[in-house]
Amino acid sequence: MSLRRVNRAVLYLVLCIFAAGYLMPVYVALITSLKPNSEVDLARMWQLPTRIDLSSWGQAFERLSPGLATSLELAIPATIIVAIVGACNGYALSKWRFPGSRTLFQWLLFGMFIPYQSVLIPLLKVMDSIGLYNSVPGLVLVHVIYGLPIATLIFRNFYVGIPDDLLEAGRIDGTGYWGLFRSIILPLSVPAFVVIGIWEFTQVWNEFLFAATLTTPPHQPVMVALQNLSGSQIVQWNVQMAGAIMAALPTLIVYIFLGKYFVRGLLAGSVKG
Amino acid sequence: MAMQPAEMTITQPRRARKPWTWERVYPILTLLPSIIAIAVFVYGFIVWTGVVSFTKWNTLVPDLSWNGFANYRAIFQDFRFQSDLRNLLFFTVLFVLVSMIIGLFLAVLVDQKIRLEGLFRSLFIFPMAIAFIVTGVVWQWLLNPSTGVNLILKALGLTHLPKWYVDITIVPSIPWGHIKFGLPLALLAVIIAAVWQMSGFAMALYLSGLRSIPDDLKEAAAVDGANAWTTFWRVILPQLNAVTVTVVIMLIHISMKTFDLIYAMTGPGAAFVTDMPSMDMFQTTFQGNHYAQGAAISIIMLLLLAIFIVPYLTYSLRGEKP
Repeated sequence: MSLRRVNRAVLYLVLCIFAAGYLMPVYVALITSLKPNSEVDLARMWQLPTRIDLSSWGQAFERLSPGLATSLELAIPATIIVAIVGACNGYALSKWRFPGSRTLFQWLLFGMFIPYQSVLIPLLKVMDSIGLYNSVPGLVLVHVIYGLPIATLIFRNFYVGIPDDLLEAGRIDGTGYWGLFRSIILPLSVPAFVVIGIWEFTQVWNEFLFAATLTTPPHQPVMVALQNLSGSQIVQWNVQMAGAIMAALPTLIVYIFLGKYFVRGLLAGSVKG
Repeated sequence: MAMQPAEMTITQPRRARKPWTWERVYPILTLLPSIIAIAVFVYGFIVWTGVVSFTKWNTLVPDLSWNGFANYRAIFQDFRFQSDLRNLLFFTVLFVLVSMIIGLFLAVLVDQKIRLEGLFRSLFIFPMAIAFIVTGVVWQWLLNPSTGVNLILKALGLTHLPKWYVDITIVPSIPWGHIKFGLPLALLAVIIAAVWQMSGFAMALYLSGLRSIPDDLKEAAAVDGANAWTTFWRVILPQLNAVTVTVVIMLIHISMKTFDLIYAMTGPGAAFVTDMPSMDMFQTTFQGNHYAQGAAISIIMLLLLAIFIVPYLTYSLRGEKP
């Protein structure tokens, strides 16, 4: 009994050490962002600020606000469109299989694993020639297309779990393809929409490669703006850390409140799940 | 149910001809826009990039005349690309291995019917919700050799403090092509940041694997008198083989695409000690205007990834009912 007690104590101790390790960067970023310039120095990194100073947050916001706005204008429509198209695709692939539908699905899925560098040159040329280079609609289009495979995957696997018998009853009543989708499938799809919504929003918000290639200031999303902020040597560390937290906050808040669904997206993205 | 399943859904290709109905066309019509988009933006563009990689387009002005394998020969003889391949190899092996071990370890701890399980789980996974750019910015400061983690190591009495990402040492430094083969120590800093961000992913996968092992299996082993350690190695771990395959493939996939983290944290590094093919491609193409060489690098990246992903996808989807 006492051995069990000791074991449990060690278990919790190890868990707490790891938890502290994972939180350590957050702690440092947070306390640094709250320091005035005079207190930011190499030797005192771990010390708490003597007084809370929000000026670095103000400076960071000034530099990042156009990027934050662009990222919102980008992530919200991209997420909505990708979810709708994904739901339709998933429905077709799970409930109305046709010869070759599985092979098609596999070819579709491969699209989410390619290194995007291998499509970047043509993408840039095409975006430029159709007038969507350096524009938010252009980036929305790009994120929708390259987000399609995972959205289709999540909805398809979700719909596979809905028994075919449910559709059968409606079919006997003479309900058609879209009628069944609207009346039976869609009302059951809320969890899948939450999963893909969170996943896609996080992906688009955090994305860097497309954003850096296809936009120039002032149309750059927040991650490019943050990179530019920290890339300039004259910017103080407290401003950089405030910027980093600010850029991470939207996805972090979503994670804190809907973490369960985020993890489901995470697991679904590894194909088996 | 009186109806045969085969009559209900259009899954059986070899049945007697069915009357033509809209119901049979709708699924394909639904998928058509996505099929076209992926056909053009994924496969079409890959072919296009492939074609570019065989041309002489190494200036700002496109020159699509044939250049054979010259771009591939050039990159494979290039000091930078050779460094990339070395870095990618060491980064992938260490990042995958360490993330996997920490992930499995944490999953086992969390699976011990602990209190506050949800809190601990969330804490180990939250870095996944953060952008690699943010991770790079923060860890660049934490692993700055003159502050951060080194202050703690110094307080602990360490005299030889690591130089982290500014270290240019390569261990063991065996001459190979134009470069020295071995682990560039600067990569360790990037690996630490990447493990911080991604080990929660391994944990989540392993935890879902552990939860799907039936309890009676664990109990049966306990009745047999196996102690906890043997049970783990002989009973639990073999059950997790499929999960391990998934973890390894997904982490390899992430590792091979690593770009943002390096971009924000270290850049290519002195003598390219922290460079990656992704970074090389980006700079060669868009800053150096060597489009054809950039295309060749990206095709190599694609091939390296396909070696792992294509068999994995085939294997994952084959197990499903048709």
